[in-house]
Amino acid sequence: MSPRNRELLALVPASMLVTAGFAAIFIGRADVVSDLSFTYGLIFLGICVATHIVIRFTLPDADPYLFPLVALLACFGLVVIFRLDEDKAISQAGWFVAGLVLFSATIIALRKDFRVLEQYRYLIAFGSLLLLVMPRMPLIGVETNEAYLGVAIGPLAFQPAEFAKLGIVVFLAAYLREHRDVLILDSRRFLGITFPPLKHFGPLLLIWVTALFLLFFIRDIGSSLMFFGAFLAILYVATNRVGFVVVGMAAFAAGAFVVAQGVPHIQNRVDVWLDPFNPAWVEDKGFQVAQGMFAQADGGLFGTGFGGSIILTPLPDTDLIYAVIVNELGLMGACGLILVYLLLVARGLKTAMIARDSFSTLLAAGLSAVLALQVFVIIGGVTRVIPLTGVTLPFVSYGGSSVLANFVLLALLLLVSDRARREAVTTR
Amino acid sequence: MKTPILKLYGTVVLLFGVLMGFTSYWSVFAADGLRDQTANRRDELQEQRIKRGTIKTADGTVIARSRKRDDETYRRQYPQGELFGHPIGYAFASIGSSGLEAFYDDRLVGRRTELVTTFESLIGREQEGQDLEITLDGEAQQIATDALKATESAKGAAVAMDLETGAVRVMASVPGFDPNDLDKPGVFGKLSSDDDDTPIFNRAAQGLFPPGSTFKTVTATAALDTGEYTPDTTVSGANGKPISGVPLQNAGGADFGPITLTEALTGSVNTVWAEVGEDLGGETMNEYMERFGFNAAPPIDLPASQLPRSGIRDGKGKLIEASAASVDVGRTAIGQAALLVSPLQMATVAQTIGNGGVRMEPYLLEAAVDTDGRTAFKAEPERAERVMSEETAAALGEMMRNVVREGTGTAAALEGVEVAGKTGTAEVDVAGGINDAWFIGFTDRTAVAVMVERVASQGGIAAAPIAKSILERLDG
Repeated sequence: MSPRNRELLALVPASMLVTAGFAAIFIGRADVVSDLSFTYGLIFLGICVATHIVIRFTLPDADPYLFPLVALLACFGLVVIFRLDEDKAISQAGWFVAGLVLFSATIIALRKDFRVLEQYRYLIAFGSLLLLVMPRMPLIGVETNEAYLGVAIGPLAFQPAEFAKLGIVVFLAAYLREHRDVLILDSRRFLGITFPPLKHFGPLLLIWVTALFLLFFIRDIGSSLMFFGAFLAILYVATNRVGFVVVGMAAFAAGAFVVAQGVPHIQNRVDVWLDPFNPAWVEDKGFQVAQGMFAQADGGLFGTGFGGSIILTPLPDTDLIYAVIVNELGLMGACGLILVYLLLVARGLKTAMIARDSFSTLLAAGLSAVLALQVFVIIGGVTRVIPLTGVTLPFVSYGGSSVLANFVLLALLLLVSDRARREAVTTR
Repeated sequence: MKTPILKLYGTVVLLFGVLMGFTSYWSVFAADGLRDQTANRRDELQEQRIKRGTIKTADGTVIARSRKRDDETYRRQYPQGELFGHPIGYAFASIGSSGLEAFYDDRLVGRRTELVTTFESLIGREQEGQDLEITLDGEAQQIATDALKATESAKGAAVAMDLETGAVRVMASVPGFDPNDLDKPGVFGKLSSDDDDTPIFNRAAQGLFPPGSTFKTVTATAALDTGEYTPDTTVSGANGKPISGVPLQNAGGADFGPITLTEALTGSVNTVWAEVGEDLGGETMNEYMERFGFNAAPPIDLPASQLPRSGIRDGKGKLIEASAASVDVGRTAIGQAALLVSPLQMATVAQTIGNGGVRMEPYLLEAAVDTDGRTAFKAEPERAERVMSEETAAALGEMMRNVVREGTGTAAALEGVEVAGKTGTAEVDVAGGINDAWFIGFTDRTAVAVMVERVASQGGIAAAPIAKSILERLDG
């Protein structure tokens, strides 16, 4: 079977899930029996088939499972959002259409050879940093929960960090593709210690400083952790030096500790993380985390069922959507969701492994890593593995920026995959 | 670069494993602890989203129902106001529940096993409670409440139950409270305050009072059933006989000669019954008290926390048996000394005697109907135990009929229906002449107990007429 036919077949579970999900909510609300759920299912299926056709014509050899897995996540998110707020679900569906357009545009623009991105690496890096600091700019910056993550230019509001993460991964892949040999070879000569050579120490230090600067500037541990983690992942894949990762993590932890002392907001997040039920703040700054935990506690093994729970948590459709999922689908549903992410990351890393050139490998590995880290940061925040910070659950949370950026991420992965698999076939 | 990618994947697997581990911890292993957190108000809100069943009387009068509010939550309404406040109780998310609402909470919210819940939510059925039909008679309840309110102290309680089944027809307690206002700020605290005679308190089941001479029926049961006495046994009714070494006075200092037990009950002669009690002894008295249900929580369908045990209380309020050395058995036998009882317990005494000696478990729930109209529960009268022989019951019944015919209880007499009864006047403030006035009795269908709290009156005057009007409604 051709990869594309396999992809089409793999979309069946997603479309079934979305129909079943909508049906469950309709029935659960005891409304009049409505065929609207099937309409929703059909619309979603239409979007999926359209995307599939775009891939079939532009990237015939790309990995057949990446898109169905994303579709599964997307429809899962859509059902949960629908259950929370009907209007938002409709607007989220609109974002999926817009995401599909951007997805197609990305593929068409980079179809010939996505490696042109390498040439623009510094421009991309600069653009990404600009995006990241935009929320702190006067007039357009938006503060949410004392962190600076949003931008509003007139009616257009978006979360620049979602797009910046792509640019940073592209830049890091390009930069490390260029310097990996020197990093490996020179460092070996440096008295056998796994420190990078001095000459290249500067740029790496610069990335470290940038991450800490972000932590200080946009006051968000999550984004900062995500970017620096992606950097370490790409650095590790590029050099195969665990020492770099260890030193990097230690440096980040030390820096973060120092920065956190000076930013009360981060200190608050840590306080809440360590003790969310402290009577001093359980109704205040700890409310979100505490209610998220209570929602999870009510979920149990199998959950309360779609539409079955009461929503007390703030931001149930974005930051805390995972708490709602645990509540309504239980531990089983939540583990299923994490497994889908794990499969998606596996396909992404598989793409990285079969890619023929270093840039492709590093790009695919970086994109997969940043996706995995984002999932870890937000779910880890909700489950109190780490302090809670405001990032979205990719493809599931409500939000235009998140949907658009993640569709571009998918497009990039498919571009790498298509090329890698074609080359693998032709050289066989 | 394959090796680092594989290791990277291993790291991701590890991290996601941590996420699953934490999720299982919070959602399953630590879930109970999280539910107990004071900041967790999910249960309370969840409860408000369930439509509790409706509570009705047999004639269809709605006592409690749930109404949906704009925010999709339900609120309990009590259309009859305070009339059924005590037995039915209340159910509000903010202050909890009491009475029948608390006892039948599972039925009223339709609580089911987790498996059934999962199935029902799959087929999309909303959790809904069963409707309850109760045994109370609205009109008799109203009559009792009005009569108690009209008394001098406007405080008291009345209980009436079906003689053969134990189905409770009246459970009235005055002062009452309107459950509709209970969750408003400050209301609950005020209703619980002693300064306002604690209207929240269900005097009929929760209250403990000295029974006075109504307790002589228990002593008489022991006297006749042991075979030590017959209704015609002659005992001296002299005034000032020493009981536990201290002279005991008859009401009004009246001195009787040798009289029969029947006459002694009709005239409620203290010295006779105290002597009988002393003669029978603490062991026997305790035996019969326990057969009647004293020293144990009444087996009625109300929350155990609202059902104190009737019996003899020591100085610290602890329950002691009649055989204990510190007990004045003679005075206990005439309902004085340290004896404290609930009107519900005394109604059971009357019910037992009237029912040929068989004590029935009192109950308030007649039937429960689920949302599909199926009967989920139908009351089946439960026999608690045989307290005395049928002969004893018949003989005592005749003695008690004499009380109403020509004794202290004539005010309870009904036309066309023969009433058996016993009055009681428990002195709670001797100097002020304040008594708890009692009447217990039965017809061939209904048993009743009425207690008027703290009045300058007597059982035959203050309580007997109320019993009469209740019996008139139920048996007329």
